[in-house]
Amino acid sequence: MQELLRTEKLRKYFGVVSAADDVNLTLYKGSLTSVIGPNGAGKTTLINLLTGNILPDSGKVFFNGEEITRLPIHKRVKKGICRSFQIMNIFPKLSVYENLQIPILSYLNRSMSFYRPAHSHADANELVDQLLQEIGLTDKKDLPAGTLSHGDQRLLEIGLAMAPEPKLLFLDEPTAGMNPVERVRVLENIRRLSIEKESTFVIVEHDMDIVFSLSDRIVVLHRGQILADGTPEEIRQNEDVRKVYLGEEIFWEKK
Amino acid sequence: MLEKLVFQGLIGLSFSMYLWLLAAGLTLVFGVLGVLNFAHGSLFMLGAYAAFTFYEKLNINFGLSILLSLISVGIIGAILERFFIRRIYDLDLPYQLILTFGFILIFDDLVKMVWGGVAMIPPMPGFLEGNITVLGRPYPFYNIFIIFAGLAVALALYLILEKTWWGRMIRASASDREMAGAIGINIPFLFTTVFVLSAMLAALGGALGTPVRVVAPGIGTAMIIQAFVITVIGGLGNLKGAFIGALIVGILTSFGILLFPIFELFIIFVVMTIVLLIKPEGLFGK
Amino acid sequence: MTKLKPLLLIALILFLLFLPAFSGKYLLYMTIHILILSVFALGFNLLLGYTGLLSFGQAGFFAIGSYACAKILLVIPSLLLGTISGTLAGGIAALILGYLCVRYTRIYFSMLTLSFGMMIYSLAWKWREVTGGDDGLAGIPRAPLEIPGIFSINMSPMGNYYYFVLIVSLIAIFLIHRMVHSPFGLTLKGIRDSENRVAFAGVSIRNYRLLSFTIAGLYAGLAGSFLPPLENTVTPPIAHWTHSAEPVMVTLLGGIHTFSGPIVGSILFYIIKDIIVRFTQYWLILFGSIVIFLVLVFRGGVVIFFTEKILPWVKRR
Repeated sequence: MQELLRTEKLRKYFGVVSAADDVNLTLYKGSLTSVIGPNGAGKTTLINLLTGNILPDSGKVFFNGEEITRLPIHKRVKKGICRSFQIMNIFPKLSVYENLQIPILSYLNRSMSFYRPAHSHADANELVDQLLQEIGLTDKKDLPAGTLSHGDQRLLEIGLAMAPEPKLLFLDEPTAGMNPVERVRVLENIRRLSIEKESTFVIVEHDMDIVFSLSDRIVVLHRGQILADGTPEEIRQNEDVRKVYLGEEIFWEKK
Repeated sequence: MLEKLVFQGLIGLSFSMYLWLLAAGLTLVFGVLGVLNFAHGSLFMLGAYAAFTFYEKLNINFGLSILLSLISVGIIGAILERFFIRRIYDLDLPYQLILTFGFILIFDDLVKMVWGGVAMIPPMPGFLEGNITVLGRPYPFYNIFIIFAGLAVALALYLILEKTWWGRMIRASASDREMAGAIGINIPFLFTTVFVLSAMLAALGGALGTPVRVVAPGIGTAMIIQAFVITVIGGLGNLKGAFIGALIVGILTSFGILLFPIFELFIIFVVMTIVLLIKPEGLFGK
Repeated sequence: MTKLKPLLLIALILFLLFLPAFSGKYLLYMTIHILILSVFALGFNLLLGYTGLLSFGQAGFFAIGSYACAKILLVIPSLLLGTISGTLAGGIAALILGYLCVRYTRIYFSMLTLSFGMMIYSLAWKWREVTGGDDGLAGIPRAPLEIPGIFSINMSPMGNYYYFVLIVSLIAIFLIHRMVHSPFGLTLKGIRDSENRVAFAGVSIRNYRLLSFTIAGLYAGLAGSFLPPLENTVTPPIAHWTHSAEPVMVTLLGGIHTFSGPIVGSILFYIIKDIIVRFTQYWLILFGSIVIFLVLVFRGGVVIFFTEKILPWVKRR
């Protein structure tokens, strides 16, 4: 198993609250890891630290052997790290098509092109059409993104995260608020990418069905620390985890 | 040389007080209402014109003239807030700035229409005339009056915000408008009162300035930039910051006039740039 | 509407090309001013409408363009050199100042640009040796358009100068039109709509903002360089922040989120001013009122008002 990302004693404090407390985490190429934990455990903070949205107080982050601890977001994206957001971050005034054009043009290093019209870049158009099909929004491509339904916006959000063909993709509650059909679509995309492009995934989820059925590995966070880390089976048996999720035992029943 | 500098600093100190009065209202409106009011300088100008009219044209006692000027501009402020500013609270910054700029144009021309475009210089009220000797030089007594006035306003604002019920509501609304509304504070009315207060502060600055400065169109606009710089230096929405910022800008500008006349305006912008680089929220900002 | 647009455009360009044939000096003079403001405002709107940054200091770059052009023309009477110098001067100044400004957003960006604009104003006003102080620079020739040894066209007739400004402006407008429809323009819109998301698209926000700011500076410099040969003088008020407000207003008037908004706004601005001034010297009151009305009632501006309200109504009849 090849190491893709590694953190060393990652720390982030907000005042006296430790959102990340000496976190040592290693992610392996091609794996799908779920990060779970009660609210306030530090899941989003961890993703923020790894993707560059916030910088740590101390500690280091390595990607493919290179240190990226303080690297700005756009440079991490170029190295192959991307994410989707819990709160949607689409381009509301632009059409769905244009939304996807932006990261794809950037991926093809065409963003600085200022003379030829954006729609004349045929290779970019092909990739956008392909992506539209994969997330199932082809028939809505000319609508302003802000007018889409919540579920469709989430699909677009995931499409935007996938657009730069990342090696490591963080999905923050990707299926929140989605209906079953949309949920299946998202999961299929994740599975497909994981197989076709050997993408590595880190997913923050509350839906335990997804977590247990999809993950190779589960990391449980509690108050900024890693409480448990292992295969779904191991986590299911873990006493500490059960304690932390007191009252939610129905999720641990095998289906 | 040092004496010259200190004396110049004292001149700057009284100039600071005008800046303080202007910046106080600006930062208050921004902190509570969330609006950056470009037309604030126009209120300063209207205060000067009103005071001038009452004092010079209608021969009303100086103190009363200032009071009447505050009331008149306060009324104008209330109308502005109720019918115009209220509608732009939720708009993007560009629209806010553009709307308030529109008012600058209107007030500038209005003032020219009513009073003519010629600069006017009112006489000094008798009891505030004269100089006292400071460091061997004549220092206008009026400047001392202004310094005291500015300090009095600072104290009054502090007391209002910290000790009164009105002040508590203002502070609550400033930190969380929705919550304040939810607990029953009549936000629209409160906002109007805050705007009126800020208008009166600006008018006070303009009115107090009449005996020593010209009364002309555009006098507010000339100072509004410095007021903006002060609010940025001090921290947007922070009154203490505005006071300290006004002192810094007033005194430094005064030094600038003495030492680097060509680059006098530069100094405050350099200070602002440095502050933004080190502490972008301003010296006392969050 | 899409079929109408190219026709309207061709009609407008033809109208502008044949204007000197049937109009007097004054109309040409006013049209040149409209072109100057249009170029100025188009550059400004690249920053506001497309990148989401409100700059209140564009007059500073306009003035740098004017003064640079003037200084060159006073020494080397070549219109081409003067115009190029003015444009480049505006762009370089924007590049340098922009490096600092684009690290901030929203209010702080606007405040910084306001300050830099006023710093340039104070330089123009006080640095007598270079800028002539509040008297400004005078006696600037309307130099001939020439490439030594190849051709030389006399620019003294207003008609000739008008064609020069018109053609250069049309080229500038064409270029910026290409820019906003290119990947670069699309990326700017992304920066305007969602900074966080566009960073995750791999875009260096700071670099694009700086580029947008520099282009706005180039356009301001170009617009500024048209002025000295026209008026034969350059004075400090062109650097004052109230002049910076002009592109802001006319862009709002025409429409911030349309390409032609700044141009339409510039045309309306001069027409309104020209008409009002015949009745009263207090035209600013009316203009201020129009601006306030637009902000409160119709923020889309005239162009959007036309395409969304008037046109459908016309089509229905």
